This record gives sequence, structure tokens and C-alpha cells, in this order.
Amino acid sequence: MASWKMGLLAAAAATAIGATGARADVEIEYWQYFFEARVKAMDELIARFEAQNPGITVKQTHFPYADYRTKVAAAIPAGEGPDVVQLFYGWLNDYVAADLIQPLPADRFAPAAIEANYYPMVQAMKIDGAYWALPTAVRSLALFYNKRLLEAAGITAPAATLDELVAHAGKLAVVDGAGNVSTVGVTTGMTAQDHHWLREVLIRQFGGAPYSDDNRTVTYDSDAGRAALAWYTGLEKEHGVTRAGFMDEPQAAFRAGRAGYHIDGSFRLGALAGERGLDWGVTELPAGPDGSRSNYASYWVNAITSKAAGEEFEAAAKFMEFITSDEAMQLWLEVVGELPAKPAAAGTSAEDPVYGPFIRGLAYGHATVFADETAQRQVFVDMVNRVLLEGASVADSLAAAAVAEQAILDRYHAASK
Amino acid sequence: MTRRPALTVRQKQVAWAWGFLAVPVAFYVVIRFYPTAQAFVLAFLDWNLLGSRSWAGLGNFARLWADPTFWKVFRNTFVYLLIGTPVSLLLAFTVAFHLDRVRFMHGTIRALYFLPFMTSAVAMAWVWRWFYQPVPIGLFNNALASFGIPQLRFLNSTTNALPAILAPAIWAGLGFQIIIFMAGLRAIPKSFLEAARIDGLSGWATLTRITLPLMKPTIVFLVVFTSIGFLRIFDHVFNMTTADPGGPLNASKPLVLMIYQTAFSSYDMGYAAAQTVVLFVVLLAVSLAQLWLMRDRP
Repeated sequence: MASWKMGLLAAAAATAIGATGARADVEIEYWQYFFEARVKAMDELIARFEAQNPGITVKQTHFPYADYRTKVAAAIPAGEGPDVVQLFYGWLNDYVAADLIQPLPADRFAPAAIEANYYPMVQAMKIDGAYWALPTAVRSLALFYNKRLLEAAGITAPAATLDELVAHAGKLAVVDGAGNVSTVGVTTGMTAQDHHWLREVLIRQFGGAPYSDDNRTVTYDSDAGRAALAWYTGLEKEHGVTRAGFMDEPQAAFRAGRAGYHIDGSFRLGALAGERGLDWGVTELPAGPDGSRSNYASYWVNAITSKAAGEEFEAAAKFMEFITSDEAMQLWLEVVGELPAKPAAAGTSAEDPVYGPFIRGLAYGHATVFADETAQRQVFVDMVNRVLLEGASVADSLAAAAVAEQAILDRYHAASK
Repeated sequence: MTRRPALTVRQKQVAWAWGFLAVPVAFYVVIRFYPTAQAFVLAFLDWNLLGSRSWAGLGNFARLWADPTFWKVFRNTFVYLLIGTPVSLLLAFTVAFHLDRVRFMHGTIRALYFLPFMTSAVAMAWVWRWFYQPVPIGLFNNALASFGIPQLRFLNSTTNALPAILAPAIWAGLGFQIIIFMAGLRAIPKSFLEAARIDGLSGWATLTRITLPLMKPTIVFLVVFTSIGFLRIFDHVFNMTTADPGGPLNASKPLVLMIYQTAFSSYDMGYAAAQTVVLFVVLLAVSLAQLWLMRDRP
């Protein structure tokens, strides 16, 4: 009799322990590359998520950027890696083709709701009717200016058009008698953000388009492309208001107060905010000759990996939902300085003096669909170098670049067929 | 009761030797030889690191043959070798030869020459990168400008970039070569040099007839060692041109940097492995050719 009661008690106790044990058991892993502000923001998000969802723990792992892709590719097929993974928007096709990620569940991530709430460029994350990944934050470009230098040159309002930019830069540049530049009117450097500016902004503003609608054909070897490249290289060759590679990096020249204008991304805001003695402002990228505006936007996304199944998949979906919530976007903005991926999400408005120009830029931003961003950037770097260093003609250099970039696209699409 | 015959002393020695060698041999097989063999296989495949591997046959090598960037890079690699090795060895020998006769502050001077060799190549490359900048931040151009001489484009030039990167690379290796040369000089018996002096041989004849021939093993070692170093040059180039690696317009890009970019920024692993195989063959051929040219003739 006593043993029968004891047995029942033991069974009940075991069930209870088992139940609580199972609830506390779900641990999912999150991977991103190492960038201090991002890791810090994610730590804070994980703490809040775990407080709201007792029973789920999230373990964050990060790697240096250089190792990131290799590690992800090796771990997931072995069933080892993350349940939720961060990737650059341009890598989506590769990750889908390699079976590294799975579609987001439609009950939590309805395509119609995503399309209503997010910036339109996020639609690039939809394949066969389902969304595979979503960003927390997005970035765009804007024109930074040094208020003191502009004031000293008698410029009252920052440049709103490309013509004004050239005129202002002429007043701002300081060149000594021997032709040595000590302050540039506007920074240039293809290896920084200028290749995006030329590709997605200038070529469009001069009436062209960088690629065909399916992103498989290079279309900038045109009058518009030649006009854009001539205008860009003319800043140094014709107007002499800039030097490529001045002070090693464009952002270094601007931060040192030796540049009037500087084009950079919203991710630079954090660094500039801490720059003492620099009085800077920011405005939208200058409008083109026909008044048109354009911008380059990019973003990192998070996705659920193919490794996550059952309980882990449920937890991963909940976590994805949390890191794409308005609350997460607000925190990301405060800690990392990147803009919310939903226009209505956080306490920033298009009128904000600092974030405003970037937010307005997102409305007309284009996200390049890269096959190999580094190689395609190199094509643009070489295109400008041929003109500036080797005296090649704009038309020849542009044509050579178009051929080289088309070869990269062709190779990529042939391999991923 | 059968007893195993006792091992001879010789057999025991062999057994012990292999016992100790087994660990490093196993280590080398797993860490070095197995990946090397894998790289040779990979050279015949197409693989982007994420997807599946597919057989490419000789496709990667055909692509290499038709790639103008590869030939440019191939040429650069040999420019690094053909300028770097003789210039650095000549400088090192001259310094070592004279330093050998200096008594005053000998240790200090030797330490000064050796210092760059101990410095991190990355730190050194970045300091030189800033030396080479245009005004207002570049040391060399600021000096030129203060004398009213027009600025020189160092790194941002298709003709000057390679020599500008080679200079600190030569300087960095000098200390090691000087130490080895001095050890070689010290190893020459004093009696030979005294006999030459008594016989009235000129300084030049002593150098070419006695010193240099006796230093042949040292010279062979340094030529092979230095050549391999310049054929594999990477860190100086990469750190001095990080924004446009090996640029401008591939003017300073060596083969190792091209391999790195193909593999780890374009993720074209098969193509990168094919380039690695070519580098391996070049290194092997250059090393064997040098050993053969500088062998001891009977």
C-alpha cells in the first residue's frame, strides 16, 4: 500500500519535473559577424526577448567578418550552427540555393503585411511567394557637410543639386601655389561609398539605369553612363576640387575638417557624433540635372536556418518576430544608429535634422542586386582609375568596365542555374 | 616456450626514432599534406563554398590561361622576385661585410639593423603607407613640398606602387640576411685571409677568390629562402593597399593576393585552388633551379 502511494507520488513528481524541464530546454543559437555596436544591441534584444519568453534561451555567437561566411557554410549542413542567422541582403540567393535557410512561416510573417509595413526594397527577400529573411534596419546615403568651412566660404545653404555641389566645392577647396591640395571641396574615393553613388545615383540621374530589370545585364554603357562618369571624374580632372585618396580615406579627411562635403552612409553617424571640434550637418544627396533624386540603400537581414526544426523552429520564429518588432527597431536605431526597416516603426521622422535626409533617401533608394559585391566594386574602382591615372577616355573606360562586369554576372548566373 | 629473438641495437634505435617521429609525421600528414592534396583536387572542381561541388576538368586552368589579370599578377610576382632578391642580398652582404670589421658599437648597430625584422609586418606596412600619402599627411611628400619639389604619387600610381611597396619589404628582411651573412663571414678560417694578405692579394681578389666561394652554402640558403619570401609576398601589399588590394589597376598585386581575393571575397574556391597549384609549381621550379645552378661542382 505504502509502496503503491510512493510510486504514484514519484511518477507525479517526475512528470512535473519533466514538464518544467522541457519548457526550459529550448535553446536557440544566433550568429552574426562582429561589429561592436551590433553585438551590444543584440545582447540587449536577447535579454528583453528572454524576459518576455521564459523557457527560451538565445545564445549569441559572433565571428570576425572575414571568417563569417566560411563558418556559416561549414556549420549549418553539419547540423551544428545557428538557428537564426544574419546575412547581407545580396547573399540571399546563394543561401537559398545552398539550402542554408528556410522560408519564414506565413502565419507570423504574412507577405501582405510585410509589403504594407516595410520599405519596398525589402521585397527582394521574397522568393516564390514567401519571405525568406527580414531586416531590422536599413541604411542609405546622404551628403555630409562641414558647417564651419561652408560658413567661411560664404555658403548659406548646403548644395541641393549637382551643379551647386561643383560650384560650392570650387569655393571650398584650398590649393597652394604649387598645386598641392590642403582641403578638398568634396571627398572622392571609389573604394568608399562613391561606387554606389555612381552606380545607383549618378547614372540614374543622368537618365540611365545601371542594370536591366532582371539584374542580369549591364546597361550603363550608354550616353547616360558616359555623362555620369565624365561628371564624376571631372570633379578632379576638370574642376580640380578634389583628389582621389586624399588623406588615405574620404571619411578621415572629413573627420579631420579638411573636406567641405562628404558622401557617406547612415552607419557613419555614430562615428561622427563622437568627433569633437567638428561641426557638421547632413542633407539629401544632390538632385540630378533634371531634378531627379536617387539613393543607394542596403541592409542586413536575419533568417531561420534549415537546421531549426520542431521546438527550435517555433522558438526561432518567435525570436525573428521579436527582432523585427517596432521595439527592436527603436533599440537598433539608438544603439547602432541604423534606420528602422519599417517607415512607421520608430521615433524618427523624415523631418529629423540628422536621420531625416537618410529616411527621405530610402523612399527613392535602390538596392543593387550584386552577384559578387567585391568584384563588382573593383570594376568601378578600376574604371575611374583608368581615367584618372592612365588618361583613358571616359567612353573607353566605361565600355571596358561594362564588359568586365557583364562577365561577372554571366558567370554567376551560369553557375547558379 | 618460444622466445622472440631480441632486437639488435640498430633495430631498437630505428624503432625508437620512428616512435618519436610518429607524432610530428602524423601531425604533418593531417595538417599539411592532406589539405595540400585536397587543394590539388579542388583545382579541378567548381565550388562557391556554399553549394555543391561540380567537376570542372581543366576549366579552371583554361580560364587562368585566358585571364589577363592573372598574367599581370604573374608578371608582378616575378618583378617582386627579380628586383627584391638581388637588391636585398646585395645590400645585406655589403652591410654585413663592413659591419664585420666595425668594432665601435658593433652590437648596437647590428641590433638596429635587426629591429625591422622583429617588427610586425602589418604595423610596418601601415606606417609606410602613411609615409607615402600626399600632403598634408605624408612624410615624404611633405618633405618634398617644403623644398618646393612637386609631389610624387607613390601608392596611387600604376608605375610607382610596386617599387614603393617593395622598399619596406626589402628593408624588413635585411636584418635577418645580415645576421646570416655575418655568421657565414665569421665561419671563414682567419688563416686563409692571413695567408692571402701575406701573399699580397688585393682586397677585391680576397673577396672574390676566397670569401665569396667559401660562403657559398650561406649564399645558396639565403637566395632560396629570400626568393620564396618574395614569391609569397602578401602582408605588405595587402596592408598598404587595403582599400583597393593590389591596386591601382592591379599594378602591385602578387599571386598570393589574387588567390586570397578569389577564394575569400569571390568565393570561387576551385579557381583559387588552380592558382595555388600554379604558385606551387612556380615555387618548386624556382627553388630546384636555384639549387641546381648553385650546386657544388666536383
